[in-house]
Amino acid sequence: MRLLTHNMLSSNIKGVSNGFPLRLEVEKFIEKEVEFNADFLRNMFPKIEWKALVDAAKTLGYADLPEEADPSLLDSDDFLKKYHHALLELHVEEGVLICPETGRKFPVNKGVPNMLLHEDEGFWRL
Amino acid sequence: MSMDHNVEVGSSYAVSSTVTKDVEGCRNPQVRSKISSRIAQIRLVSGHPEVYEPCDDSFALVDALLADRANLIDHQPNMCLEIGSGSGYVITSLAIMLGSECPGTHYFATDINPHAVEVTCKTLNSHGVHAEVVCSNIASGLQSRLAGMVDVIVVNPPYVPTPEEEVGSEGITAAWAGGENGRTVIDRILPVVDMLLSSRGWLYMVTLAANNPLQICQVMREKGYASRIVVQRSTEEESLRIIKFWRDADIESHDSNKVKSLSGSESWLLQLSRMSLWRSSSSSNNRVNEFS
Repeated sequence: MRLLTHNMLSSNIKGVSNGFPLRLEVEKFIEKEVEFNADFLRNMFPKIEWKALVDAAKTLGYADLPEEADPSLLDSDDFLKKYHHALLELHVEEGVLICPETGRKFPVNKGVPNMLLHEDEGFWRL
Repeated sequence: MSMDHNVEVGSSYAVSSTVTKDVEGCRNPQVRSKISSRIAQIRLVSGHPEVYEPCDDSFALVDALLADRANLIDHQPNMCLEIGSGSGYVITSLAIMLGSECPGTHYFATDINPHAVEVTCKTLNSHGVHAEVVCSNIASGLQSRLAGMVDVIVVNPPYVPTPEEEVGSEGITAAWAGGENGRTVIDRILPVVDMLLSSRGWLYMVTLAANNPLQICQVMREKGYASRIVVQRSTEEESLRIIKFWRDADIESHDSNKVKSLSGSESWLLQLSRMSLWRSSSSSNNRVNEFS
């Protein structure tokens, strides 16, 4: 699971009003080189919750992202490289995602987060 | 092959004749793997007893994507998502066919079956392509943050009419059990798709004649989508249509404008009846269907 995916996941348990960001606990992560694409990074930037990305990257020991970011930074190659690395190259292999409201844990196994809910949690809620 | 087999490709888009040719007659897996290096290879697709293997419907969906490949490349999607990726054959094929032509495209795949997400990952890996895979009910967990961000969604839904209680069962049954008229899961997927798709979003979906695809098109039309059949294929067992949906500003303005909406729905009804005619005719009857 890339941190991009972590940035797109939230807890949708019945009754939870703010299920984002999921707290990240990591047992194992890997770094994988991904082809750099500045257009993708720029297109995604407005959709990324920056603080959640910064915090998730720190959980994986990567603290090179600025605490705050505005679009003017997208002209900086140095910034884009760090943003690229945090967003796409750090993969959580094993760990848990924790709902910020209920503490419910969603496991990440073999790089795949399991977001399925039990019936009493709102299994079919769409 | 004794089975009646037919492919139609809409002519309103430029589709090269070589692509059309590639698409024809390629449902035999052995033949299929040789046909194109632009799709996943059957021998590299992983399997599991509880995971649906690539079959005619999967092939028809990939053929529809191949037939529309030039448009997909022009589209340069930021985000592509497959809902219910099963073996991973379709999302892998999509990632391969867009490949270096769409270097800025990111792929997501979901499945409700934990075995399927594992098999999807293996199939992606064995082809050297990447998608982010999430074990999810349709797009649960993703849909609030991904809302309005996805440019291309592909779905081969559980479309087989079954007793309602089989819907969403564990394991492989979830891959086909579609409830009444095979519509139960489809009808849950459509609003999610509408929520996820960006303003330029496209949906490619497999439907069966029993699902009443015309009515699905109408449901989507009410949400502001035009639709077109990209591939139509009949076998002894089923009649499949791969339908492409896209947001159409004209439809939205028609529906919000009472004066215009009358003519809009009239022409829609005409098209509906044309399509019904076509639907009941033999599958060798080539026609291009475009609703907008």
